[in-house]
Amino acid sequence: MLSYRGREGYWAWLLHRVSGVAIVLFLFLHILDTCLIGFGPIAYETFVSLYRVPVFRVLEVALSGAVLYHGLNGLRIIAIDFIDNATRIQRQLWFAVWASFLVLFLPAAFFMLRPVFFPNLGLIR
Amino acid sequence: MSLGTATRAAYQRRTLRPAGSSFELWSWYFFRVSGVFLLVLAFGHLLIVHIVNNVDVINYEFVAQRWQTIGWRMYDWLLLALAIVHGQNGLRILIDDYVHPRAWRALAHTANWVFLIFFLALGTLTIVSFPFMPGARPG
Repeated sequence: MLSYRGREGYWAWLLHRVSGVAIVLFLFLHILDTCLIGFGPIAYETFVSLYRVPVFRVLEVALSGAVLYHGLNGLRIIAIDFIDNATRIQRQLWFAVWASFLVLFLPAAFFMLRPVFFPNLGLIR
Repeated sequence: MSLGTATRAAYQRRTLRPAGSSFELWSWYFFRVSGVFLLVLAFGHLLIVHIVNNVDVINYEFVAQRWQTIGWRMYDWLLLALAIVHGQNGLRILIDDYVHPRAWRALAHTANWVFLIFFLALGTLTIVSFPFMPGARPG
């Protein structure tokens, strides 16, 4: 008897769905904000100034994490579908997804949050 | 952990690609092909907007300047089109999986297709019409 729920493949699948929904919901909002560009600087910047608020900066980091995870796990899915026997190492691939995620996400989160929370960290002035 | 013989046999018997419907097969391939393109386009977009620049400097002038170049408008349109179709395709599968009552299912699928057409049209219009809009001025 193979138990699927609660195992690596289950979490990979569930997170793929949750991150996908988060990304597509933001995409709807992002198309709406970008359409303001045709109405000039005041219309556009009234809206996008929202994205500069600290709370939104944190949400942007979370969303970037969702995009990174969705993309990297997507590669894992493609590997499982197209490469012979990759299913057998799907668990190792799941760990590889998280290893690459951390390598890309931690520096990205640092650079995205630095201007708001620690503007001088690591900068020589 | 090694897989049992029965599990291994089940893997080998299993057909990975959807069978019986050419639409589902196309959808299945589209997910994977668009996914590879989106990996490059979306990661690139995040790199440009949040790492190389950041949201403090992204304003009207930034976008207007960038959209002077046809290449960047093509980049943004390709990202928009692939992302919205990929996303709609994903939502369609979630509706199939989770919305069971017939009427709600029909409503959800209809809304999903309407959203796709609306947002793809609005996004395309935004990118294509930008130089001709009254509010637009060169960056």
